[in-house]
Amino acid sequence: MSTTSNKLFESKLVKEALKQSFSKLNPRIMFRNPVMFTVEIGTAVMLGVCIWILCGETKQGSLIYNLIVTGVLFITLLFANFAEAIAEARGKAQADSLRKTREETPAKWIQSVGEMFVNEIKIVSSSQLKKGDVFLCETGDTIPMDGEIIEGIATIDESAITGESAPVIRESGGDKSSVTGGTKVLSDHIKVKVTTEPGESFLDKMIALVEGASRQKTPNEIALTILLAGFTLVFIIVCVTLKPFGDYAKTPITIAAFISLFVCLIPTTIGGLLSAIGIAGMDRALRANVITKSGKAVETAGDLDTLLLDKTGTITIGNRKATHFYPANGIDEKNFTEACVLSSLADETPEGKSIIELANLNKNSFNVDGARFIEFTAETRSSGIDMKGGIRIRKGAFDSIRNIVAKAGNPFPEETAEQVKVISSMGGTPLVVSRNEAVLGVIELQDIIKPGIQERFERLRKMGVKTVMVTGDNPLTAKFIAEKAGVDDFIAEAKPEDKMNYIKQEQQGGKLVAMMGDGTNDAPALAQADVGVAMNSGTAAAKEAGNMVDLDNDPTKLIEIVEIGKQLLMTRGTLTTFSIANDVAKYFAIVPALFIASMPSLQGMNIMHLHSPESAILSAVIFNAIIIPLLIPLALRGVAYKPIGASALLRRNLLIYGLGGVIIPFIGIKLIDMLVSIWF
Amino acid sequence: MNTEIFGVALMFLLTVLLAIPLGRYMGKVYSGHKTWLDGLLNPLDKLFFKAGGIKPEKEMNWKQHLVALLTINFVWFLFSMLVLMMQGSLPLNPDANPSMTADLAFNTSVSFISNTNLQHYSGESGVSYLGQLILMLFQFISAAAGMAACVVVFTAMKEKTTDKLGNFYNFFIKSLTRILLPISIVVAVILAFNGTPMTFKGKDQFISMQGDTVNVSRGPAAAMVAIKQLGTNGGGFFGANSAHPLENPSYFTNIIEDVCIILIPIAMIFTLGYIIRRKRFAWMVFGIMTIGFLLFVIPSIYLEMKGNPAITQMGIAQNLGSMEGKEVRFGSAASAYWGITTTVTSNGSVNAMHDSFTPLTGMFCLLGMMVNSFYGGVGVGFLNFYIFIIIAVFISGLMVGRTPEFMGKKIEAKEMKIAAIIALLHPFLILVGTALASYLFSHNPTAYASWLNNPGNHGFSEMLYEYTSSSANNGSGFEGLGDNTQWWNISCGIIMLLARFLPIIGPVAIAGILANKKYVPETAGTLKTDTGTFGIMIFAVIFIIAALSFFPALSLGPIAEYFGLHQ
Repeated sequence: MSTTSNKLFESKLVKEALKQSFSKLNPRIMFRNPVMFTVEIGTAVMLGVCIWILCGETKQGSLIYNLIVTGVLFITLLFANFAEAIAEARGKAQADSLRKTREETPAKWIQSVGEMFVNEIKIVSSSQLKKGDVFLCETGDTIPMDGEIIEGIATIDESAITGESAPVIRESGGDKSSVTGGTKVLSDHIKVKVTTEPGESFLDKMIALVEGASRQKTPNEIALTILLAGFTLVFIIVCVTLKPFGDYAKTPITIAAFISLFVCLIPTTIGGLLSAIGIAGMDRALRANVITKSGKAVETAGDLDTLLLDKTGTITIGNRKATHFYPANGIDEKNFTEACVLSSLADETPEGKSIIELANLNKNSFNVDGARFIEFTAETRSSGIDMKGGIRIRKGAFDSIRNIVAKAGNPFPEETAEQVKVISSMGGTPLVVSRNEAVLGVIELQDIIKPGIQERFERLRKMGVKTVMVTGDNPLTAKFIAEKAGVDDFIAEAKPEDKMNYIKQEQQGGKLVAMMGDGTNDAPALAQADVGVAMNSGTAAAKEAGNMVDLDNDPTKLIEIVEIGKQLLMTRGTLTTFSIANDVAKYFAIVPALFIASMPSLQGMNIMHLHSPESAILSAVIFNAIIIPLLIPLALRGVAYKPIGASALLRRNLLIYGLGGVIIPFIGIKLIDMLVSIWF
Repeated sequence: MNTEIFGVALMFLLTVLLAIPLGRYMGKVYSGHKTWLDGLLNPLDKLFFKAGGIKPEKEMNWKQHLVALLTINFVWFLFSMLVLMMQGSLPLNPDANPSMTADLAFNTSVSFISNTNLQHYSGESGVSYLGQLILMLFQFISAAAGMAACVVVFTAMKEKTTDKLGNFYNFFIKSLTRILLPISIVVAVILAFNGTPMTFKGKDQFISMQGDTVNVSRGPAAAMVAIKQLGTNGGGFFGANSAHPLENPSYFTNIIEDVCIILIPIAMIFTLGYIIRRKRFAWMVFGIMTIGFLLFVIPSIYLEMKGNPAITQMGIAQNLGSMEGKEVRFGSAASAYWGITTTVTSNGSVNAMHDSFTPLTGMFCLLGMMVNSFYGGVGVGFLNFYIFIIIAVFISGLMVGRTPEFMGKKIEAKEMKIAAIIALLHPFLILVGTALASYLFSHNPTAYASWLNNPGNHGFSEMLYEYTSSSANNGSGFEGLGDNTQWWNISCGIIMLLARFLPIIGPVAIAGILANKKYVPETAGTLKTDTGTFGIMIFAVIFIIAALSFFPALSLGPIAEYFGLHQ
């Protein structure tokens, strides 16, 4: 993914798009876009007029003028096609780089004989694998197909898909059992069961979407097309009725003028860019390493009201870390710290490691020969070490250590008990340490909130999106972290069905809910959510249930997805406004030009002081044509979304694209006219 | 301040001051809340409900509402055709006016049930008193039907998911008994005391100073004038409408009548605020409509008071402004003000000849009808505005990156389809009508010579005005047009029918579909529809649609005439 460049117009892509612009002129393809289809008809009519003039017709103006009008219309069509083609080409290039990862690779297919798997391994091409087949992957092998690990554990390099170079661990059972075709096994060996039919993986679906083959119009796009068709119809009426109006005013109007007026008025700008905008939206999602199953999902993302986020990994870094040592009264701090380190020497959990890190003492300076390590168990809820000299150090939850201490008849120091309460109320986890059944002090473990996450939630709040934290913590801890991170609500001590219930409850209130998940037990909730983002590392069930897959396994990705969705809608809206607002200036250019011959007084309406009727009409059509390529970068990149509140955003866009859309063509047409007037 | 301008400003202020409490009262009536007229009118309503077999508490869905509306109108249409085509031999005809021809009766009946009241006849000689009374009844019925349809949309806009939108007959009868009838009685009494006749006797006679015997038409005029003003009907008793000295005797009656033109249309906005409990939204709608209205009124008054440049060039002083076609007792400012109020509201009564306005004032009158929703006709004005709101919501929703929603309901392809068709209909009818007439005239000028008194740009304006007036259900005319011919009677009749009922069916259908959808609560990301910003958006949509559709036609008519005059 990292290989794809962000340049809008790569020469290779442009060449491909240019070729496509011509082949898209096929009326059967053109028909899907009613606005541009009418332009195509107009061009054909103009071609007829040129031939007519060649045959001796004199009332339609000079041949050169008619040829230029025909040419400009033709270029308008090409520009619109080019916009769509370049968006497709970019999407395809993106998809191709993904597809490269799954070129034919040899697969070690484990043949099944009857009901049993015999260990007969046959090397076949990856394309021959079917759903349900089982293959083997050993160190150095490239995984041939998407699948689920049924046996074994392996470290896998997923950089081909995610661009992330650090290897990840995947193992059978649990929520990290999914592997993706094209990634590489770095160590160990696994047995993988194929979960998709060839050609039906998410990636295949996505490729089909960006290539436009199976791209269905989203409901919103359909509604906009209806509105644009409405505008087109109005302008058909305006232009057709102008003929008898002209008859009444005893003004002959040339066919070139009619068609120019019509093409200028209909919303060609948005009509030409509409599908490019849609494709570019999905392309942007793909660039963010998110595979969507439909264009609709991206659009829905822009409307989300509620986001369900797991605490661990999303809001907090993931593991609790030791942040403080609090020795009990009368205990030397150094002494206490040493005891903490001793108790954690064999502790491989991230918490244990973080204690040693915090203590900042040399691990090797401790003599633990002959010592016995006590493992953490669910019953004792403590762990520790029995030293050779008979010193017993334990660390564990408050109540388990209290029991140990009480059994030995020792008092529990009050200030330590107090400290434990303080730590709990601050959202931390207290670990009490004892030596020979006497309390030494307490270690504070804290969830570390990801840096910058508050700002992201603030941004979401301004967008009108409510964030909900889902955590297994107790309500007290959950509340503290929720407040600190700035989420709007939380679900504490969450069980999988709690997520589901919360989603349903929000949806009943008419809200659109998104969630991210990876486990099989997340699958029902992922399916229930309006936007369900499954992590690529998640189980096949989770991926099947969601409507997007995040290749990076990054839980904060939802925020980016929301912005992509909003950008998609905004780009459509602003360009529609711009396109329609342009018509004001075009009217002022063309209408006086049509009637000035018979009604010289209409010169007063020629407020741009255009040179002649011919130059006015030409300038208007030329402006109409060149505005399309000028706006392609905007269509592909999308209008920048700023979370400043809906009304302020409307004001801003209305000013830029509405008012701008009225003013810019006045300037543009005048400038083109100054150029054109040299010849006409 | 100039007295004439002061008079106009006073009229507008008075209207708004009366409309606010009236709107609240109407809101109470439609919501079934208690009002002070209950004691007096409840028995009357009960009588109507009983006689009609209506159960006012039985709620209807939007389709049932439309069936009720169309049935009422169809029955009355047949009845009206019958009376007008046989009035010559029916009672109450002291002046022995003849029965109407089929095409004229069709035009007149359509014109009255559609609340247009385009009159291709002259009241004094064209209709009997029975005919006038039937037409007066229609002025009530068509106004009440429009208001009832509008209340259906209001009911649908409340924040809930439902298909029960009240009872149409209940809204309809309450509009009549609680709103139109009481106010009409008050206005009619005021007019009668100020010189408008109210009698069933035939023509009066007097002998003039020269010794000639002059016949003066009269009749039950005061009652008809009251409802024609209040119900945005505009169908006058006399041919000259409110320019006639018996229909509108003085500057005082002119104030009363002009206030009545926009009283209920403005009150309807406040009724909306009351019913959906969103006062801010109502004020936003009022603000946008008022800005649009003032943008037409102010230049029109300025232009009329400034006078006609062609006359100035002749060296004739025009201290009173352009007085061609105006009544001296009203003056140029009040005439221009009336001209705009009557066109923006689809009323169509006139107190001056619109044909004689300076070109751009004529254009503002045309624009008022082309937009047809700056206040607009009673009930239907808001329905037209509703379509523009839907389109504005859709575009602005996209502009802020959110699936468009209005009052908590998502707007999708189906609603957009209806909105696009309705928005398209008005330009379609006007432009196609004018185009057909232009075609006929320009290809056979001798055969249709009687159509146009003034060829050229002004003649074009006359034809454009006639169709615009028909399509806006306005009913005023650029009187230079010879319009009582089969072509005009039938073409205008068809346009009035389509332009009346489709723009009612469309918004009611959209509102009904939206009401049935799931309610989406507002969040910080929702675009608020009661803000000035959104108001500007609606205004831009209205402006763009009107400007884009009609710009070429207007430039061939009034704009070309203006430039011709100012060369």
